[in-house]
Amino acid sequence: MPLVGAPDTGRAAAVVCRGLQKRYGDVVAVAGLDLEVRAGECFGLLGPNGAGKTTTIEILEGLLKQDAGDVEVLGLRWGTDDRALHQRLGIQLQDTQLQEKLSVEEVVRLFRSFYRRGPSVGDVLRMVELESKRRSWVGKLSGGQKQRLAVACALVNEPDLLFLDEPTTGLDPQSRRQLWSLLDRFRADGGTIVLTTHYMDEAQTLCDRVAIMDQGRIIALGTPRELISSLGAEHAVEFAVDRGAEVSTSLLAQLPGVTDARVDAGTVRLRVTEPHVVIPALLLELERQRLQLSQLATHQATLEDVFVAHTGRHLRDG
Amino acid sequence: MGRRERPYHPLIELTIARLLEFVREPEAVFWVIVFPLVLALALGIAFRTKGDEPVYVGVIEAAGRAEVSAVLTKAPGIQARVVARDRADLALRDGEVQVIVLPGTPPTYRFDPARPESKLARLAVDAALQRAAGRADRFTAGEETIETVGARYIDWLIPGLLGMNIMGTGMWSIGFSVVFARTRRVLKRLAATPMSRRDYLLAQMLARLVFLGLEVGALLGFAALAFSVPIRGSLWTLTGVVLLGALAFGGLGLLVASRARTIEAASGWMNFSMLPMWVVSGVFFSSAHFPAPMQPFIHALPLTALNDALRAVMLDGATAREVWAEAAILGAWAVASFSISLRIFRWK
Ligand SMILES: Nc1ncnc2c1ncn2[C@@H]1O[C@H](COP(=O)(O)OP(=O)(O)OP(=O)(O)O)[C@@H](O)[C@H]1O
Ligand SMILES: [Mg+2]
Repeated sequence: MPLVGAPDTGRAAAVVCRGLQKRYGDVVAVAGLDLEVRAGECFGLLGPNGAGKTTTIEILEGLLKQDAGDVEVLGLRWGTDDRALHQRLGIQLQDTQLQEKLSVEEVVRLFRSFYRRGPSVGDVLRMVELESKRRSWVGKLSGGQKQRLAVACALVNEPDLLFLDEPTTGLDPQSRRQLWSLLDRFRADGGTIVLTTHYMDEAQTLCDRVAIMDQGRIIALGTPRELISSLGAEHAVEFAVDRGAEVSTSLLAQLPGVTDARVDAGTVRLRVTEPHVVIPALLLELERQRLQLSQLATHQATLEDVFVAHTGRHLRDG
Repeated sequence: MGRRERPYHPLIELTIARLLEFVREPEAVFWVIVFPLVLALALGIAFRTKGDEPVYVGVIEAAGRAEVSAVLTKAPGIQARVVARDRADLALRDGEVQVIVLPGTPPTYRFDPARPESKLARLAVDAALQRAAGRADRFTAGEETIETVGARYIDWLIPGLLGMNIMGTGMWSIGFSVVFARTRRVLKRLAATPMSRRDYLLAQMLARLVFLGLEVGALLGFAALAFSVPIRGSLWTLTGVVLLGALAFGGLGLLVASRARTIEAASGWMNFSMLPMWVVSGVFFSSAHFPAPMQPFIHALPLTALNDALRAVMLDGATAREVWAEAAILGAWAVASFSISLRIFRWK
């Protein structure tokens, strides 16, 4: 298990956890997790459904108790410093539901009242661009607006550390980008973010470092760039041939510039260093095998490819 | 709730939030405020006429029925009619008649000794027939019927209804809102803030007190207007008793809801805890009828304490000093249920 990018000990850690474990009956949700998030960084937890992201983040938030392992958040510990921790954390749960019969501003004001410091209700609503919905009942908001309200409730105390569990799920592209820039500003002011996401582009844009999780473990850790270049090939070529005819991957893997070849649900995936060299050779090879192309695409390798390389599965397959 | 940028203390904000949620739920308002009035009206009308009810007698179609009917029809307070022999027991069971007379020498009475009104009817019929057969009264007793305000059944009933109401709305409104918040995981989100958990639970009780005045005022005002039910004690004492009652049942509502994960489970527990009190705590009939060994338990129940105190203050003009025992019982229930809830409350 290659752990790319060992923790940088030069900067203060916002979150440290060692040997974290959590099981639900027979299901091992988190299976011995070591993690270090530095102050000021945006750290992403990436992984398919059921990987254990929510479980991990809720343990860090003090909402779940781990079965084993050590957790330190902002240098404090759950169980002894709860009050102080709550004051300094901003939390958005994966399935936050708020009081349906209260208006947006009433909910924000209620949450604001729990904290000693923080921006005014109006400022928070401006940050998440919900001013026009100020008087609307929560139950009448769209899914994306509810999501932004959940983020607003996480920001009412100017947190030092922000936990976001799938913050952009259900948002339209424009709202996603708005939220991204909001998070950028939060970081520019010195805030630390831990977020989970299914979106590769989101992790690549927002996160300084990501941990890819699968079955309760971290299978890869590093900056998005490090992880992708660890593949040894920064491009992917995907193609399919007519009528699902057999393609010999071992032959393809021997083509110049191809570092890896796999078949996945009728689609052949090649990892390549130089697509402009590989593609002509690939076409010749298919010609020789008398196979007809039905689809061909190339793209830059993404974190998705990193996940596939480690597990042989796609992120969304779960 | 205009553009208030600065929030108040969390306890106040939580209370406001709960109140807003409540008033924005028209059904809840109906069940808490309107329904009890309708119930009081219905029960009041049903029981108001109780005193003048005649005795209903069935005379079986047999030889001599004409004489018997004639005697009974003339007797005051008796309504007699003829029933077929094979219909007689049915009429008795369904309460159409309270006693059956089989004419003869001597006549036979069929009645159900388990029903007080049936025994009463037997006595009335017997007296009328004996008198007609020549029995002379040794004396005619003087009679005083109770018409005086404060001593009628309705006067006794209204404080019981009020107590029942304080129990029902307290438990339902608090229990439901808490369990609902739990099923929707609002509680989990709140638990992730520095919010004081005691503030949250207290706010539920405080919000309940705001509407209590409306609810109690409506019922008592209505009882005073429609049935002239008196309030003889001081309003302050009455308010104190009502507040203590509401706190006791608010606490119980929290307790019942403190671990329930579903509305169904909570409803089950609420009914389970309220049903015995409806029966034994003296809402419709006096709790004195239950066997002596049960009395200490019955008197320790919050609804018994509340009903006794309400009756004492409203009907007997009792002072705060005279209801201190009931007040102490209510206070103990409030404190105990609240502190246990706080301890065992499930936030997720
Ligand atoms: N309360 C629970 N009871 C039983 N099993 C649970 C519970 N919560 C989570 N699990 C299990 O633990 C595992 C990890 O779940 P978790 O919610 O952490 O995954 P996730 O990575 O957040 O997934 P997703 O992307 O779908 O949100 C899953 O197999 C899940 O079924
Ligand atoms: Mg999750």
